[in-house]
Amino acid sequence: MSEIAVKMVGIRKTFPGVIANDQVNLEIFKGEIHALLGENGAGKSTLMNILTGLYKPDKGEIFLDDVHVDFKSPKDAIQAGVGMVHQNFRLVKPFSVIENVMLGQKGSSILNIEETEARIKGISHRFGLEVHPKAKIWQLSIGEQQRVEIIKMLYKGADILILDEPTAVLTPQEVNDLFKILRNMANEGKAIVFITHKMHEVMDFADRITVLRAGLSVKSMMKIDTDTSELANLMVGREIARGRKNTNKTIGEVALKLENVSALNDKGLLALDKFTLEVHSGEILAIAGVAGNGQRILSEAITGLRELTNGKIILYGEDLSNQSIREIIDKGVAFVPEDRYGMGLAANLSVIDNVLLKDYRNKKYGINFLNSNTTRAKAIELVEKFDVKIPTVDSPVKMMSGGNLQKLLLARETDIDPKLIVAVYPIRGLDIGATDFVHEILIKEKNEGAAVLLISEDLDEIYKMADRIAVIYEGRLMGVLPVEEAKLEVVGLMMSGTDVREGDSNV
Amino acid sequence: MSNQNKRKIILEKRLQTPKWIGLLVTVVSVFAALIFSSVFLQMTGQNPFEVYRVMFKSAFGSSYGFSETLVKAIPLMMASFGIAMAFKMVIWNIGAEGQLLLGALAASVIALSFPNLPSIPLIVLMMIAAMIAGGLWALIPGLAKSYWNVNEVITSLMLNYVAINIIDYFVYGPLKNPYGSNFPETETFVRNAWLPTFASTRVHLGIIFALLTAIILYFVLNKTRWGYEVKVIGESRNVARYSGMDIKKNIILVMMVSGALAGLGGMTEVSGVVHKLDPHLSIGLGYSAIIVAWLSKLNPFVIVVVSILFGGLINGGFSIQMHGIPAATATMLQGAILFFVLGGDIFARYKIRIIK
Repeated sequence: MSEIAVKMVGIRKTFPGVIANDQVNLEIFKGEIHALLGENGAGKSTLMNILTGLYKPDKGEIFLDDVHVDFKSPKDAIQAGVGMVHQNFRLVKPFSVIENVMLGQKGSSILNIEETEARIKGISHRFGLEVHPKAKIWQLSIGEQQRVEIIKMLYKGADILILDEPTAVLTPQEVNDLFKILRNMANEGKAIVFITHKMHEVMDFADRITVLRAGLSVKSMMKIDTDTSELANLMVGREIARGRKNTNKTIGEVALKLENVSALNDKGLLALDKFTLEVHSGEILAIAGVAGNGQRILSEAITGLRELTNGKIILYGEDLSNQSIREIIDKGVAFVPEDRYGMGLAANLSVIDNVLLKDYRNKKYGINFLNSNTTRAKAIELVEKFDVKIPTVDSPVKMMSGGNLQKLLLARETDIDPKLIVAVYPIRGLDIGATDFVHEILIKEKNEGAAVLLISEDLDEIYKMADRIAVIYEGRLMGVLPVEEAKLEVVGLMMSGTDVREGDSNV
Repeated sequence: MSNQNKRKIILEKRLQTPKWIGLLVTVVSVFAALIFSSVFLQMTGQNPFEVYRVMFKSAFGSSYGFSETLVKAIPLMMASFGIAMAFKMVIWNIGAEGQLLLGALAASVIALSFPNLPSIPLIVLMMIAAMIAGGLWALIPGLAKSYWNVNEVITSLMLNYVAINIIDYFVYGPLKNPYGSNFPETETFVRNAWLPTFASTRVHLGIIFALLTAIILYFVLNKTRWGYEVKVIGESRNVARYSGMDIKKNIILVMMVSGALAGLGGMTEVSGVVHKLDPHLSIGLGYSAIIVAWLSKLNPFVIVVVSILFGGLINGGFSIQMHGIPAATATMLQGAILFFVLGGDIFARYKIRIIK
């Protein structure tokens, strides 16, 4: 192997309440494509943000070409030849490729457009990064925009290029093109690092792999020395706290039925692919999967927020497919969305107004007028029942903590006696007390006969809560397992896209 | 670090702005605007204190002056109510000017077409026609916004100029007074089409309409199911959609109500003050109303008060012309007030702290 481009030793980084990285070691060689693999929250992005000067590590050292470096800002990093392509592109849409590349460049105050264009063309040609320099960004496809980002970094002289989940937004064809380009760059001696949680990309395109888990670097290895099941084990392999919270068997008739449901994401790409699933009354069915594999699209398709391009959704014999959101709410579907603030609750509105969101059409509040005594009484009732801590019911909910927000949201959603609860990452960001509270509510609803679809990226939560586990990967159902039969390794493999059909018991 | 002793000014966001700070900031901002404008008056050789004194005296210093101020305030109130309704839902209706003009046109057409109707049915008919016309004019940007997400600022603004040209067409063409001299204006309406006035002033029944509208609007926005939807949609489209509210329908509805209110303002102006349609009916009333609505924080009752202050500004602007000072001074003051109040808002939303 050739010489070392980057060496990170004993990196530690903490954020209030979280250890994002601890004792992380990483070596990247010149001329290789290096995959940084790990679950969400494993600390991959934090580590790369340290390498690119965005964060300062609490502990640890970084060497470039065996020289100790101390980056104070991303500017220092790029000057030293470390460039990063972020998941969300930092491009000015109405500007041309040339203008975007020139943006923020130091030098004379007179811009030399011809020279820049010539250099861009040179870079394009050398690595196969085809893009028209005069095209405006908004005219380009996502794949082309990504190329512009890469060109930007190469133009600034990057020898070490880091890409944060570069394939998340690409079509399969674009993925192949991208890795062809990256291979060209590696062949010229550049070091390439890409962050991912997709196993097959690692196996298809990487030379070497480092697995991160829970902020620690678990192992680095050559791709040819490993296989997917070892990687899956390294990624999720850990002791699951086996304390079950959901102890009553209350499974009843089929409540929700998804038949070949497909839907597109915001970019118009297929994000949910012929998804077929049944959830029973009195059952918690957990959808396991690495975040970004179609979970949000699934939740939005069921609750009517996203149009179906194919398939049917049936709740107790009634067809919900492409019904209005209002009709679906009225049929008893409660929704705890991923985004508490931006969707589930309106930050600047009072507790009263937020409590009313789903129920404001109820005639018990008045025929045309909303009786402020009745609405206030309702808000106070729910706040007391769920022990939500707030100064008054007139305070805007933005003054509340995350746990209290989630309590309020659940109070409202369960107040309508739902037949189905769709809960997306319901404990994300909550402390242990609030987590237990949220789980108690979901289990209580299940025991009372509701069907609960729990979407989670936390395997501890899934094993504590689920009656059955379904795994989603790139919008497809990988299989459904009763929790008693679901081996962690198998779930891990399925989460990373490996077909494990022998364990399939999807009824 | 070398600059450890350097003082820094930092802005710290307030969680909630106490009411008195909001009020204080507004009052101070208005004074700042007066001081700012006085520099320009000084530069043109005027004594700013004298100018302000004359303006204030003619607007509020006598019962006649005050009644004229109220006359100017009526269309401002109506247009501001309409704007406030739309702004509450974060729909930027900048087209009150055009909606007001179209309302005036529709009312004029009715008044000129049915001169033999008794007063009450004629006036009611004029009001209905004006509200429909204003509402339909606002429906155009409303539909475009709702179905194709076309920026309503541009469309509603551009339609103002179309409206002005439509009015011109009618007063130079089909509706031109056949018996008059060559002025581009309609015949004077029959008496039955005039809104009654109070005592010997020009203050007309429109002020009662405006006050009633303020009360109704307040209740609609704060006490009704629809007002609740408007509030939630204005706060967050995502939350509204999640709650099953029909955003498209509400955009159209709110734009129509907004335009109808501005249109009614046009009707009260032709029926209560001018008694005919002429192309100088509104000199930017619809734009001043935007400032009024914004300064009033979209509260209908505050709109009533601020409209009277702005009515005084317009009225005072006319009076200083007699002293050889351009009436544009009033427009400059309006602009300066908005500028300083918007700028001053930062003090209401943030705490300023100096740290070492």
